[in-house]
Amino acid sequence: MRNQRQTGCEPAPGPSRLFLAFLEVGLSGFGGVLPFARRTLVERRAWLTAEEFNETLSLCQSLPGPNIVNLSVVVGARFAGILGALASVAGLVVAPVILVLVLATVWSRFGATGHWPGVVRAVAAAAAGLTGATALKMAWPILARSPLVAGPLLAAAFIAAGLLRLPLPWVFLGLAPLSIGLAWRTRA
Amino acid sequence: MKAGNGILFEIGRQFAVLSLLAFGGVNTVIPEMHREVVVLHHWMSDADFVALFALSQAAPGPNFMISTLVGWKAAGIPGAILATLAMCGPSCFLAYWVVKFWDRYRETRLRKAVSVGLAPVTVGLVAATFWLLARSTDTNIKLGLITVSTAIVVYFTRLNPLWALGFAGGLGFLGFI
Repeated sequence: MRNQRQTGCEPAPGPSRLFLAFLEVGLSGFGGVLPFARRTLVERRAWLTAEEFNETLSLCQSLPGPNIVNLSVVVGARFAGILGALASVAGLVVAPVILVLVLATVWSRFGATGHWPGVVRAVAAAAAGLTGATALKMAWPILARSPLVAGPLLAAAFIAAGLLRLPLPWVFLGLAPLSIGLAWRTRA
Repeated sequence: MKAGNGILFEIGRQFAVLSLLAFGGVNTVIPEMHREVVVLHHWMSDADFVALFALSQAAPGPNFMISTLVGWKAAGIPGAILATLAMCGPSCFLAYWVVKFWDRYRETRLRKAVSVGLAPVTVGLVAATFWLLARSTDTNIKLGLITVSTAIVVYFTRLNPLWALGFAGGLGFLGFI
């Protein structure tokens, strides 16, 4: 992207400022960090415009892997090359990983005592519900746009992975060429 | 569990593959992760897997951390570090190289067909994740009600999902579950 910003803007951030920005993103995001990435990069630091953020996000969502980690790589690489990418990923990942491991260690020691098994079961049930809401939110616009194409593909992926428990590579090899081919034809 | 080299190799291999299959994010590969670590390798029970998922959702940070915790459960701290690196490394590498070509190909028909075409498959996989988690956690009617009401509240309101997790945790702590 444009490393040389328009006149009047601050210079592109280097690795250390990228590290700090993504550290902030990683630690503020309870239940998904994407909204916090937008807030930090677009609103607070103004390193990206809203359009640049959306465009970068859509690139990262069409690639495999954790979307937000991809986003940190792309933003870091665009501003400061490979060092920027490494600094951004490290900032995003290291602190939350340490925290979650501390949490897991405490849980493994005390999780089976007193009220905690009930807490874990209830939180797990709610976490399942969150995933259900995510699936609904994602499904609705896609089904509204092309119910006859998207509906069967969605159902096939659900049945193959969720009910039949087929290995994911098979599911992808079976469905991806079909779904991409259909999207290609519809746009023709 | 003791971290033998065999299990570490297997963790690295599995998560590196998942990293490159995770179109649409980590939530799409949860069923495959579950199939490998619970069904095939018996590294943990169904209930352990679901508890780790709950922990990863309740902690701050990106949602790939379910892989960190699965690695930790299977092979301790080395497993956790390896699972994290393997889940993020290959896709980061890919993203780093793809961004170099992005501007040239952004308007191409193939790229649009790929992102539009994969969307329903992605959503189907997230739905499979929901199904799997709900089936494993909801062992009684009260837990089922928590799942359904959380889904409804989060779908229809703009409430921060953390409130739902906290509220459910509170009910569990008070012994309602």
